[in-house]
Amino acid sequence: MLNFLARRLAQIVPTLFFVSVLIFSLQQLLPGDPALVMAGEERDPAVIEQIRHQYRLDQPIPVQYAYWVGGVLRGDFGESLRNKMPVRELIAQKLPVTLQLGSMAILIAVLIGIPAGIVAAVKKGTAWDYGANLFALWGISTPNFWLGIMLIFLFSIELGWLPASGYVSLTENWRASIAATIMPAFVLGNAIAAILMRHTRSAMLQVLESDYVRTARAKGLLERSVILKHAMRNALTPVITLGALELGTLLSGAVLTEQIFSIPGFGKLIVDAVFNRDYAVVQGVVLVTATIYITLNLIADIAYILVNPRLRG
Amino acid sequence: MKTLRLATTAAAFVLSFAAAAQAQTTLRIGLAEDPDVLDPTMARTYVGRIVFSAFCDKLFDIDEKLNIVPQLALSSETADDGKALVIKLRPGVKFHDGEPFDAEAAKFSLERHLTFPGSFRKPELASVDHVDVVDSLTIKLALKAPFSPLLAQLTDRAGMMVSPKAAKAAGDKFGLHPVCAGPYKFVERVQQDRIVFEKFTDYWNKDNVFIDRIVFQPIVDATVRLANLKSGGLDLIERVLATDLKEVRADSRLKVATAIELGYQGVTLNIGKDKAKGPLSQSAKIRQALDRAIDRDAINQVVFNGEFQPGNQWVNPGHPYYQKSLPLRARNVEKAKALLKEAGVTPPVSVDFLVPKGAETETPAQVIQSMAAEAGFDLKIRLTEFATGLKQAEAGDYQAYMLAWSGRVDPDGNSYVFLHSDAPQNYSGWNNAQADQALDEARLVTDPAKRKAIYERLANLVQDEEPILYLYHRRIIIAHTTKLEGYKQMPDGLVRVIGLKLK
Repeated sequence: MLNFLARRLAQIVPTLFFVSVLIFSLQQLLPGDPALVMAGEERDPAVIEQIRHQYRLDQPIPVQYAYWVGGVLRGDFGESLRNKMPVRELIAQKLPVTLQLGSMAILIAVLIGIPAGIVAAVKKGTAWDYGANLFALWGISTPNFWLGIMLIFLFSIELGWLPASGYVSLTENWRASIAATIMPAFVLGNAIAAILMRHTRSAMLQVLESDYVRTARAKGLLERSVILKHAMRNALTPVITLGALELGTLLSGAVLTEQIFSIPGFGKLIVDAVFNRDYAVVQGVVLVTATIYITLNLIADIAYILVNPRLRG
Repeated sequence: MKTLRLATTAAAFVLSFAAAAQAQTTLRIGLAEDPDVLDPTMARTYVGRIVFSAFCDKLFDIDEKLNIVPQLALSSETADDGKALVIKLRPGVKFHDGEPFDAEAAKFSLERHLTFPGSFRKPELASVDHVDVVDSLTIKLALKAPFSPLLAQLTDRAGMMVSPKAAKAAGDKFGLHPVCAGPYKFVERVQQDRIVFEKFTDYWNKDNVFIDRIVFQPIVDATVRLANLKSGGLDLIERVLATDLKEVRADSRLKVATAIELGYQGVTLNIGKDKAKGPLSQSAKIRQALDRAIDRDAINQVVFNGEFQPGNQWVNPGHPYYQKSLPLRARNVEKAKALLKEAGVTPPVSVDFLVPKGAETETPAQVIQSMAAEAGFDLKIRLTEFATGLKQAEAGDYQAYMLAWSGRVDPDGNSYVFLHSDAPQNYSGWNNAQADQALDEARLVTDPAKRKAIYERLANLVQDEEPILYLYHRRIIIAHTTKLEGYKQMPDGLVRVIGLKLK
């Protein structure tokens, strides 16, 4: 186990290095000039020259990269071209927002998707099953931006129950915070719920036909106990993996949904940064996201080993 | 029964959020973008200027008729030779940190604009050689040469005064905690989420400030911005879409305030920088033909429900500097065809048409494309993301470029940088000695009638040579709830908060 951990941790360093080189060089391929974009309507050549110099945009790319990596190793991610804020501070502002939205979305997805999947499998071929499948199809095929705007019209304008957009942090006022994030979390969670439902259903169907379930039934166990205690545990392993991956994707920012609900998370930050050619921000956010993703993967691997003793080498 | 109880609890839970929201008495303003840095020396966006007007007073301001009126100044006087501007300052003004606003502070602010590394105000104040303190409430700007647009520059960010103490302490981080002398003072900013200000109790004009807090919230999507206004989440929003106006006007809880913008929407034609040496760069006749093929009024009706104002100059037809001797010409397809024939080209005349992405540019571009096709042009629309397009335009990699300008108070700000042969934003590459002369001369003359006559010469040249096809002027559309009283729209599009009341 320790051996495995050490091996995986050692892999992280080169992976992150590779990611950093990739982010940096891909970004250079973006057309457009950050200094020119930063200048906005005030495009005086002398001022633009000064910006290039100040942010080392006039230096060769490897030199720029060296400066950036040097900074990152010291915990300095540089500062935003657009508003002068340190990137580290920007990330610290946005990460909790994205974490909250992501966790709420996953929670909603799990609460809807897994029970629906189980019911669909157990009641295969009945109205319940068709209903659940219809829901899944709807969830997968409904575009986020459409659902978001419809929810705003219903709950904010017509009923006036929830704020149409904006964000309040959990520590400031937890009720207002949940009210502000429940709609975007539902939009995100709804799509994932559909995927989870499909996977749970097929995994359950497989398990329900296996020998040990038949044995359990033959022993005269209650159907409820057969499904919840025996079948579900095994069926859920792949579903949990899927959930973890979806969470990773959510944490890299839900661009459209954040835009519609004006949730100031990673998605909005990175999209604005790309359009403003705010390189330092793009680099910082992608690096942090990559680190989170790698860490989640590592945790999933460890969880496998804990759950399934056969994998312990 | 259990379900009913659950539903009741849920409803009560949700309603309690609504109750909590109503307790707020703040003015909440929805912006179309997240502003850039809040340092008047370093700032460069239109949306930023909206925020500045809540907390950063300027030496001068404009009124509804574009007259220049004093704000932190009391009066100004230009020397007879035009090479000095003496400004008397308002007494008893304090910055948000309690520091006094006096001649030393004004000198400091102007010098900061002039010398700070990366200052975007430097070009605007380029005519200023140095600033002298005459007495504690009088400064003198010594100029390198007479420069008539200077006073107008001081009605915008170049005229904004910052606390010397705070600015010295913060250096280039001043924009993170700006300290000015406006009606509201900065409280906090969360990027892409909100900027919060609270009433400044020592403001010089505090008797006309009635609202305690202002919160600016950037909400990019226009539909969502409007939805927030309707649901009561915001009190005022900027940049309402012209196509949404009908709906807003029909809503009895909302009010609309509008003005025609100071800027313009146009198509820049590449004359001197076209690498491909396309037909537009070869003959003024071909450019004139394109101009005559366009029905500006139809674009306004079809795309913008008739809410914008068709135009043909760098200022709108209601502007004091609009040349009435050169009115809008009607579309004339036959004339356009004849001009193409005279130029000796055979249709279809192919043109690379660079258009930045966005509903307000794409649709009019398509309308122009089909109008021009009837006269024998084949406009090939190339939709490009803004930053990429800008770079290509700089490089001359286009033949026609759909480009807007947000506009400045003085006509110089709408013409010089785009039309003078030495100017940085002359994307057309137009090089005309007479035009340069007119542009330079208009900077030296202060008498409005004489200046207007000089600009008339320029307008004639532009109409003949067509470096830019001016198309229309957008309507600045602000919508607010009826709870807000006293709102007046100024032609610069900014939201002024003095005198506003919330019922």
